[in-house]
Amino acid sequence: MEEDGNPTGVIKKFMYINRRAPYGTIYALEGLEVVLIGAAFEQDVSVVFLDDGVFQLKKSQDTADSEMKNFSPAYRALEMYDVEKLYVEKESMDARGLTEDDLIVPVAVIGKSELTMLMEQQDVILNY
Amino acid sequence: MKFGILVNEGPYTHQASDTAYHFTKAALEKGHEIVRVFFYHDGVNNGTRLTTPPQDDRHITNRWSDLAEKYGLDMVVCVAAAQRRGIVDADEAKRHGKDANNIAPGFHISGLGQLIEAGILADRLIAFGD
Repeated sequence: MEEDGNPTGVIKKFMYINRRAPYGTIYALEGLEVVLIGAAFEQDVSVVFLDDGVFQLKKSQDTADSEMKNFSPAYRALEMYDVEKLYVEKESMDARGLTEDDLIVPVAVIGKSELTMLMEQQDVILNY
Repeated sequence: MKFGILVNEGPYTHQASDTAYHFTKAALEKGHEIVRVFFYHDGVNNGTRLTTPPQDDRHITNRWSDLAEKYGLDMVVCVAAAQRRGIVDADEAKRHGKDANNIAPGFHISGLGQLIEAGILADRLIAFGD
């Protein structure tokens, strides 16, 4: 990794919001790359999945026929990068017929109003 | 105030780069500091000097280059996103055995860490895109 540690000594609250389906556009994959690189900066990180972004965490993704890269196993690696605050918006999950059992990693399921409060506490929000 | 700017969309297809440019220019003219302009996703396509729009249209790439020269802007193109989309500088061209490079003046290629650092250093990180 080219940049390591946190030379600034500043710790900010970073929230990464994933709103899009994992395939179809590159935003989910490149959004994940930001989270993984950003982990080296030792900031206070939260990752949120809402709208179609909840599909990013769906178990048993099979991209063989579409020839897309299945990057979903990388979400399991987040814990090793000390990215442990993962939130899924309940309304988004319910609307898509998903439950926590469908997800590839353990998450905190929170409602829209709780998520709004969490967003208000952030210093930096990156939304993909 | 110190601003970080994130451009997430390519030129012409999407207005994000135009809006980011106008914001950046206005902020500089008002005496604010731009910590960095970071180009990500298709935003890296703003940084190719091969861009050749019709003469009666704005030249988005040249406009950024001119702004960078005037104000000493730090304009960073994400290396991973750039490699996927064929945006290369001289070093990258050499490293990957390419026969040419296409980076425009004022842009340079670096890592995603530069985006995170901009978020840390700036009072506000402003993202342009959907």
